[in-house]
Amino acid sequence: MAFFRKGHEIHTRRFSRNMGLGLVLAAFVALVFGLTIAKVSQDEFAIPDAAEGAGYGEND
Amino acid sequence: MSDASFDSNLNKAGQPQDAGFSHFFALLKPRVMSLVVFTALVGLLAAPVSVHPIVGFTAILFIAIGGGASGALNMWWDADIDRIMKRTKGRPIPAGLITEGEALGFGVALSGISVVMLGLATNLVAAGLLAFTIFFYVVIYSMWLKRWTPQNIVIGGAAGAFPPMIGWAAATGSVSIESVLMFALIFMWTPPHFWALALFMKSDYDEAGVPMLTSTHGRRVTRNHILVYTILLVPVSFALAFTSIGGPAYLIAAVLLNALFLRGAWRIWRRDEVAADADGYATEKTVFKHSLYYLFGLFVAILIDAALRSYDLLGAGPFGIWGL
Repeated sequence: MAFFRKGHEIHTRRFSRNMGLGLVLAAFVALVFGLTIAKVSQDEFAIPDAAEGAGYGEND
Repeated sequence: MSDASFDSNLNKAGQPQDAGFSHFFALLKPRVMSLVVFTALVGLLAAPVSVHPIVGFTAILFIAIGGGASGALNMWWDADIDRIMKRTKGRPIPAGLITEGEALGFGVALSGISVVMLGLATNLVAAGLLAFTIFFYVVIYSMWLKRWTPQNIVIGGAAGAFPPMIGWAAATGSVSIESVLMFALIFMWTPPHFWALALFMKSDYDEAGVPMLTSTHGRRVTRNHILVYTILLVPVSFALAFTSIGGPAYLIAAVLLNALFLRGAWRIWRRDEVAADADGYATEKTVFKHSLYYLFGLFVAILIDAALRSYDLLGAGPFGIWGL
């Protein structure tokens, strides 16, 4: 028995599409990460006041 | 006749041929996207508010993807006529590489992603403008105007004119006279640019049932339209020189490029089909090429003035205009 099974024909046929989509998704993750860092590094960024959040649910 | 003969989505060996990544990329109309990227970038960089480079990159990327998504939806809607015209027969849907349903899903998904991501990265004004641009191109232009009126290219040209306005809104969060004039510049430039092409491109729009001015009203009327629209374009392009994004580079470029474009439109107007046929539409081809230089040159000039302004090389005069 071979260590690696021979891939299904569809994997060969769709290699370019799958590889392209994988790279696009990886780039998207990197972009969202970079965007997050850029946003939180800006001067106007402020973490919401913890006291405001504490009020939620008190009147439930 | 076998079923296989109906299915163009088969390779030479008769096996199913799947669309590759490049075929989906082709749905985005990459050449149109390059104009979108360039003009949106100018709108973003010329704006008085600077943005973080990653935010700016994200904005341009998703404006481009939004433009591409509308291209994919256009190909989905126009698949029937794309099968008829020689120029478009090789597109992924008529070639049988991508199904109409796949193109629709791809276009809708990318439209949603691009609008949401632009909104998250920048602001709701930019996202709203991008959503409207996609709607305008797909519904107003592709579904309604394109097959209904020979003025399709005039009104439909608005879709290609929005990107600098979106780029500007991404930076400033608003719409202003500068961004409206950048929009108007591309809007007024599109008809003479396209009709110059239509004069020398022997197209098969007639067979596809798409009314083009050259066939519905004749080539004489098209030549008249080119001259009139070029004349109307001149004041719009000069108006930009006297806004906050104008400057000496833009004014010089506007003088030279408008003179060149006007001279070309005048020459097209003076010719008839016999003269054009005799020299293989040389003037029309030259004017088409110059129209590309025109738009590129004016937008590069806006960038040059923005660079001069960022180094304080342009003073602000009493009217808030570059040193006047």
